[in-house]
Amino acid sequence: MTVQVLLPGVLADLAGGRRELDVDPGGETLADLFDTLAGQHPLLGRRIRDEAGQLRRFVNVYVDGDDVRYEQGLATVLREGSQVHVLPSIAGG
Amino acid sequence: MTDLIAIGTRKGLWLARSDDDRRTWSLDGPHLLAQEVAAVSIDARRPEPRVLAGIQYGHWGPTVMWSDDLGASWQESDHGAIRFPEDTGAALARVWQLRPDSAARQDVVWAGCEPHSLWRSEDGGATFELVRGLWDHPHRPTWEPGGGGAAIHTVLPDPATDRVVVAMSAGGVYVSEDGGAQWEPRNRGIAAGFLPEEPEYGQCVHKVAIDAGDRDRMYAQNHGGVFRTDDGGRKWTSIAGGLPADFGFPIVSSPHTPGTAWVIPLVADMQRVPPEGRLRVHRTRDAGETWSASAAGLPDGSWTSVLRDAFCADEADPTGIYLGTRDGCVYASADEGETFTTVAEHLPDVLTVRAARIP
Repeated sequence: MTVQVLLPGVLADLAGGRRELDVDPGGETLADLFDTLAGQHPLLGRRIRDEAGQLRRFVNVYVDGDDVRYEQGLATVLREGSQVHVLPSIAGG
Repeated sequence: MTDLIAIGTRKGLWLARSDDDRRTWSLDGPHLLAQEVAAVSIDARRPEPRVLAGIQYGHWGPTVMWSDDLGASWQESDHGAIRFPEDTGAALARVWQLRPDSAARQDVVWAGCEPHSLWRSEDGGATFELVRGLWDHPHRPTWEPGGGGAAIHTVLPDPATDRVVVAMSAGGVYVSEDGGAQWEPRNRGIAAGFLPEEPEYGQCVHKVAIDAGDRDRMYAQNHGGVFRTDDGGRKWTSIAGGLPADFGFPIVSSPHTPGTAWVIPLVADMQRVPPEGRLRVHRTRDAGETWSASAAGLPDGSWTSVLRDAFCADEADPTGIYLGTRDGCVYASADEGETFTTVAEHLPDVLTVRAARIP
């Protein structure tokens, strides 16, 4: 299975300068995908999730247009060709 | 010979340099722009001084970065310098303190973090190990977060022994005599005005500093009260009598002169501004029996405050002291707090200031 990961520009440097990645998630879920990404790009993995494996509070992830916080979170199931969009939320000052 | 100030702010890090024995300063930055730099240290024990920074990416979490070329480039560990072990179920929220140990312990660096945790590095800050003795302390589940968070914000390793002193909001002062394996609270005499009676622990100690001449003599700026201990923290007594107010965040002791320390009073808990809007540094030469205010070079009409880590001393002679304000000003004194010069203005909120003399 291959899914497409879309990154914000500020994270592109941590993924070899690319904002779009085609990735074999190595499993069915979003957590599997992030485990795979963290193996390939550890710094990118740490920006998205903390060391306990939780999505960082101000990171939003959409799978095929749906916010995973309102789906199954990191257990959200991926399918062939899914588009996984990582975005910073509105936060800061 | 160069004197260096590292200035961590809400939105980046600045470095100030002086090549004329701290008379004039040039400002270099921003480094790490848009990142919150809540902890910084200058590790001058190394052949090339290392600037360590505990940063918080707004969205992307906390991390420790370092520069061995005075900010020209920055590095971080792939998997994070500070990373809670899996069995704790915890995750790093913020780095509050980075403290190089003594010259004899060449690569040892300590970190105090949120959630309440103490960390020790043996590789100059590239990776840290959780100090389990404190993490597993039976009091830990009952430590409360202070207004800024559940943080160990003060780490004071004794260069001559295995004593380590930490302070936290709001747990108070804890001391280990064996390098971190066992800990006991030492808060007797420190007020806790937010509780009905004085507890064994749980005080909101804002900062602790150790006297230059006696490791058992320490000073504490508390959330209401300034205190001194002469017996390693077993009993504390007030030394606030000569101050215009007993609230404040930082306290700094001289690295060379026994009995000398500095505070920056604010009116009160409910009014965290300098008395009459006059920013002043108050110095004692007699371990808190008397205090005198320094005004030269410090502003009137200054309705700001100085946070707990935005005040420090260098190791030079005479001692230099440095402070940064929440309205982005940094002041330096090369004469132990008699007079001040302005190093920077209009920076973001200053969270931490550290200074060192480097080759």
